[in-house]
Amino acid sequence: MTEIVVRNLTKRYGDALILENVSVDLPDHEFCVVLGPSGAGKTTFLRILLSQERPTSGEVLIDGAPLDPEPQPDRGVVFQRYSVFPHMTALQNVMFGPQLRAAPVTGRLWGARRRALRERAAALLGDVGLGHALDKYPAQLSGGMQQRLAIAQTLIMEPKVLLLDEPFGALDPSTRKAMHRLIVDLWARNRMTVVMVTHDIEEAFILGTRILMVDKRRRDPHAPQAWGSGIVEDIRLDPAKKPPMPEEEREEDMAAIFARHRARAGAALVAGAEAPPAPRRAAG
Amino acid sequence: MKRAVNYRPDRATGAFLALLPFAFALVAYFLASEARLAANPADRLMPSFGAFADAIEQFAFTENRRTGEYLLWSDTAISLRRIAIGLGVSVLLCIVVGVPAGFLPVLSRLLGPFVAALSLIPPLAVLPILFIVFGLGELAKVALIVFGVAPFLIRDVALAVQQIPRELIVKAQTLGASTWQMMTLVVFPQVLPRLFDSLRLSLGATWLFLIAAEAIASEGGLGYRIFLVRRFLAMDVILPYVAWITLLAFLMDWGLARLSRRLARWRAIEKGEA
Ligand SMILES: Nc1ncnc2c1ncn2[C@@H]1O[C@H](COP(=O)(O)OP(=O)(O)OP(=O)(O)O)[C@@H](O)[C@H]1O
Ligand SMILES: [Mg+2]
Repeated sequence: MTEIVVRNLTKRYGDALILENVSVDLPDHEFCVVLGPSGAGKTTFLRILLSQERPTSGEVLIDGAPLDPEPQPDRGVVFQRYSVFPHMTALQNVMFGPQLRAAPVTGRLWGARRRALRERAAALLGDVGLGHALDKYPAQLSGGMQQRLAIAQTLIMEPKVLLLDEPFGALDPSTRKAMHRLIVDLWARNRMTVVMVTHDIEEAFILGTRILMVDKRRRDPHAPQAWGSGIVEDIRLDPAKKPPMPEEEREEDMAAIFARHRARAGAALVAGAEAPPAPRRAAG
Repeated sequence: MKRAVNYRPDRATGAFLALLPFAFALVAYFLASEARLAANPADRLMPSFGAFADAIEQFAFTENRRTGEYLLWSDTAISLRRIAIGLGVSVLLCIVVGVPAGFLPVLSRLLGPFVAALSLIPPLAVLPILFIVFGLGELAKVALIVFGVAPFLIRDVALAVQQIPRELIVKAQTLGASTWQMMTLVVFPQVLPRLFDSLRLSLGATWLFLIAAEAIASEGGLGYRIFLVRRFLAMDVILPYVAWITLLAFLMDWGLARLSRRLARWRAIEKGEA
């Protein structure tokens, strides 16, 4: 059971009012997507849930208890960038969290417990499609692979709440689709509540069970900072009417998407074969 | 015609280009020395290469009659020991002070301005104080190196710590890391390459302070020897000593670069060097 209750949350930075009187109840196992224009305060909202920032007023309760004032393992996070440790290999990144808890001084397990953890981490990396990249450093991974690594690193801690800030913002469409399948699958298997920020409305409706639209409720052109953002729309999606995730569908790679769009646009072929020479890339 | 910025020499050309200025300097010296010696065979300012060979033979491969030592090697051992201790202490201070001072806001407020002030004191100005306080022995010389190098290292590493993206620190906390664990397992490994870089940049200052201390009060060491033979205008000794010091400094720099690449392979991969 993980229920998040936000009550009358307000956040100011100096004179600037960012969030104003935000209240929302997220029941257990919600997949909540936060939409809104740039600068609306979506990241700020997520940072407050993470305890990276403190609210100016109002409160956040998780399962009835006030939020711990520091970031804790009950809330995992994947940022848009800088989510994995550049000095650790993929495997070390995933093994990091559990070792911290087990070995307070050295942060390092040995012997049988290390081997067991290693197996668990490798299996998790396999789940996110990184089974072949266990010993690679983040610099050797593509953007999509780094985000999948960040997800695995977070999930091994089995957080009650998973916070995602535009985690797929920098990915190409086919990788993005693969990530959607992955995250919905992981969300279904792990009983956690997800709060995800995105700019992509399509993505919001594919993934979410709940969508919050964050924007300014009023505007004063002479004092743009005087009004903060609130939840202007809060919708619950009917799971029955949701298009099923194309679970079995073959990975649609970039070349296929390109071909589909080309056909629709009625484009004239200037050069190239039937199959356009689009870069063919394994998802990720 | 390619623009000059786009012309990249291949390996062989690159090596040739790198050696060219050295060869040029040697040839220029040889010609100038020949000319001077032709005009005045007793000239001491620009000895011939033969005179260098004799001096090297005498200092590096002949037992000193008075002390029974090979002077160049004993001088080298003495100087390197001072540098090793001085830099070792500086690095240690940098790790135990610089990393926490960059990471913990309270320590940063407490130590930041103080270390900044320390690093602005000209070390040579306090050399007399060091001699008065620590005496004329080894301690004062090592202390000068530490005084000259440690504040710079501490500040540089503390700055590097503060440049680590905040997200990574938050991330570590969501994985359950304590302050100690973040400092030892996240922050320190990430600034290690920077520590090596600033250590390499400090090598010039390190030798400067060593030689200054040895010139003023010492019974041995490379700097001591240079200043001792200066009285006899012994350029045939001074120049090989200078070349030797330069070579030692170069090797230290090269060794540190290699060690850094080994200990922080991830950084080398990021920079595309591995
Ligand atoms: N530490 C801070 N100090 C002052 N102002 C801040 C701070 N962090 C954010 N802001 C301001 O708060 C507002 C909301 O920022 P936030 O990052 O939450 O927006 P966002 O909705 O995530 O936007 P985007 O979609 O572009 O990521 C912005 O106007 C920003 O300038
Ligand atoms: Mg944002």
